[in-house]
Amino acid sequence: MLGITSYGAYIPLHRLSRAELGRAWGGGASPGEKAVANYDEDTITMAVAAGIDCLANLDRQQVDRLFLSTTTSPYKEKQAAAVVAAALDLRRDIMSSDLTNSLRSGSIALKLALDSVKAGSARQVLITAADCRLGYPQSEFEQNFGDGAASIMIGDSNPIATVEASHSHTNEFVDLWRIEEDTYVRSWEDRFIYSEGYQSNVQEAVTALLKQQKLTPKDFTKAVIYAPDGRRHAEMVRALGFDPKSQVQDPLFNSVGCTGAALGLMMLVAALETSKPGDRILFVNYGDGADALILKVTEEIEKARQRRGIKGHLASKRPMPNYEKYLRTRQMLAMEAARRPADLASAVMLWRDRKMLFGLYGVKCKACGRVQFPPQRVCVACKTKDKFEDIRLSDKKGSVFTFCRDNLAPTADPPLVKAIVDFEVGGRISCHMTDRDPEAVKIGMPVEMTFRRIHDAAGIHNYFWKARPIR
Amino acid sequence: MGSIKDKCAIIGMGCTKFGERWDTSINDLIVEAAYEAFEDAGIAPSDVQAGWVGYTSSSRTGETLSRPLKLDYIPVTHVENACGSGMETIRGAAYAVAAGVYDIALALGVEKLKDSGLAGLPTPGGLGFWHPVADSAITAPALYALAATRYFYTYGIEPQKGKEILAKIAVKNHYNGSMSPKAHFQRAVTLEQVMNAPLVAWPLGLFDCCPTTDGAAAAIICRADLAKKFRSDYVLIKGIGLAIGPGTGSMDTDYDFTHWEETERAARQAYAEAGIKNPRKEVSLASVHDCFTISELIIYEGLGLCRKGEARHEVDAGTFNLNGEMPINSDGGLKSFGHPVGASGVRKVYELYKQIQGKAQLPQRQLKNAKLGMAHSQGGHPGAFHCILTVVGARD
Repeated sequence: MLGITSYGAYIPLHRLSRAELGRAWGGGASPGEKAVANYDEDTITMAVAAGIDCLANLDRQQVDRLFLSTTTSPYKEKQAAAVVAAALDLRRDIMSSDLTNSLRSGSIALKLALDSVKAGSARQVLITAADCRLGYPQSEFEQNFGDGAASIMIGDSNPIATVEASHSHTNEFVDLWRIEEDTYVRSWEDRFIYSEGYQSNVQEAVTALLKQQKLTPKDFTKAVIYAPDGRRHAEMVRALGFDPKSQVQDPLFNSVGCTGAALGLMMLVAALETSKPGDRILFVNYGDGADALILKVTEEIEKARQRRGIKGHLASKRPMPNYEKYLRTRQMLAMEAARRPADLASAVMLWRDRKMLFGLYGVKCKACGRVQFPPQRVCVACKTKDKFEDIRLSDKKGSVFTFCRDNLAPTADPPLVKAIVDFEVGGRISCHMTDRDPEAVKIGMPVEMTFRRIHDAAGIHNYFWKARPIR
Repeated sequence: MGSIKDKCAIIGMGCTKFGERWDTSINDLIVEAAYEAFEDAGIAPSDVQAGWVGYTSSSRTGETLSRPLKLDYIPVTHVENACGSGMETIRGAAYAVAAGVYDIALALGVEKLKDSGLAGLPTPGGLGFWHPVADSAITAPALYALAATRYFYTYGIEPQKGKEILAKIAVKNHYNGSMSPKAHFQRAVTLEQVMNAPLVAWPLGLFDCCPTTDGAAAAIICRADLAKKFRSDYVLIKGIGLAIGPGTGSMDTDYDFTHWEETERAARQAYAEAGIKNPRKEVSLASVHDCFTISELIIYEGLGLCRKGEARHEVDAGTFNLNGEMPINSDGGLKSFGHPVGASGVRKVYELYKQIQGKAQLPQRQLKNAKLGMAHSQGGHPGAFHCILTVVGARD
């Protein structure tokens, strides 16, 4: 049976309180806080993190297709999903694609994945959706936008939720946009864009689907409805006739913010986390038209609980101290370059070392069993030549053997905590630590690996793994 | 295996003023050091039959030496072993002279670091295994700080107490440097100043780190049996040890980050050549690689001057002070004399040479009865060192 077979999510550790934005600019602020990607995070790294969560305990070799839905691909030309596939260590003979530019691209990926599996051209399709949008300083969008990611697996057997019906329509409409050179999201006058854009399109999709299925709002356990902000979400719930207290999935505005192309799927993941077998869910997504789907939760849902998901990531957080730190973290300030040698990168080395860089593969000596990273030709322990098997370390836990706090190394989040990490399975890596409180790092601290952007040398986004305290 | 012992003599040495030499080029530094050495040896540049030159950040050929000195088409070899590059020139020249190929060779180390405008070394990344993405943002103080953190942990030393042990080494070396006319820094510092200095890479602060420096130093290496033609107080090479580690410390869980394996190996080789059984008793003084104070602390143990984990007690006891049992870094060390990478190894031998000759410039820093000295350089970083140890002694 076809349907959703797994889910996962990712929310960056750091949260900026909206009161702090109010302090920075004067005037009022929306309630709650927003999730902010760290300086070394972007759409690709967040998609990888959500994908890892979704793939927990699943065989990564079984994934046949990968979609990445976003409006903030780090690349204008070059597929971001290929980077995600490499970091997730997926098979080579998969098809991958970025689904970009539309806020609706998460649900578009969902429908394309369902069609792929239904058509028999794939058995398992992994969807990742991530966004990292910027609002102009002092704008409502700056308060409203947050960063995050979700991941959904569509498979041909043992679904945790099936899709009973769906409706889609495309609508050419200019409400939110960025042209090629834009960093910040533009919008037209809000009274126009919400009434003729968001409101009318969502209502059109929901009305059509419910009419076709002969259902009413009362027939649903939960309504998962994308909205640009809290106020429009509340208005839409009322307009569609759902009970705000019992029937509606929290749109995450107070805790995460509007995560763009990722928001719809993040809300869907949050709904699945608390759903029970037999629940019927209405899922509506908006952007350049609308998608509406009806999902039915199955008995299999109980097998998919071992995820950090939305709930786990919401509980694991650290306040961002101030707006200035936010500006630096999101690279909105021009900072003086460090007086240090320039970073280097080589497309040749990225290719040659792809298994080490993206999959964090080390090797294990077949003669003496010693795990070693980076991969060697001659064993560090028994000196046997070329008798190794590969071992993936990106999903292995470790502990800090020693560390330091480097104030000389250039980083947007000084001091740079450098660590020697010993893995539980054996092997050692020398790496950076991220999402850490520098003063709290200790010898023996348990850590896990996280895929991060290292630098942009040679005009290439260069990624590698860092250690972080276990979230 | 043979030994270098007593086969070569140092008959002349030169050393530039170390420091921020804004107005001198690398060529000026080379001329300054080489001509002091020529004059000291009483030879003409044309007496030199072969040259070795060590540096890490300039052009990469022997021409670096022949161009400023206008050497006459003689063989010149560029050697590079990171911070061991300078002492490598002495090793190369000594082996060639010992082989009987040349009678007189010039060994010169030089580095011009202050033109780069950068903080720290201008070379990107570390040494040994280095990947521009997997090993980004590498700094030397961080690599040594990893060892300090672990050393404190292993021996149950509270970090603040550990910093105080290290600070005493900085205070000692600054005091020694305050009497060295050619040192980069010639100012004594207090324990309080060192402890309160800004952090560079915790637990290491500003005074735990050597500076980046411009400078050059040179040695004239001569067949031992010819040395007396040039001077009576020549200094003999007694032993040279060189150990290049496999660089596996950051990938091998067996490495403890609290000992310098390469230093121990190089010391074993050099002591065997020199016939040293108990270095603490037999060696008069040492110039060691105190690029960071933690480096010097662990070197005490690595050279066999005290047991592992006990170096801190020797620091408290002042064993290695100028007036202590075995003065270490009597000229201020890298910490105070400065660290022009390629030059430092030769500078360390320069100090031993002058002390053994009784020509340590100022009487208050002249050691009594200095007969045997050892100079130690280690390039790379904890877990991936290239260590060289040279023992020199007075003629019998």
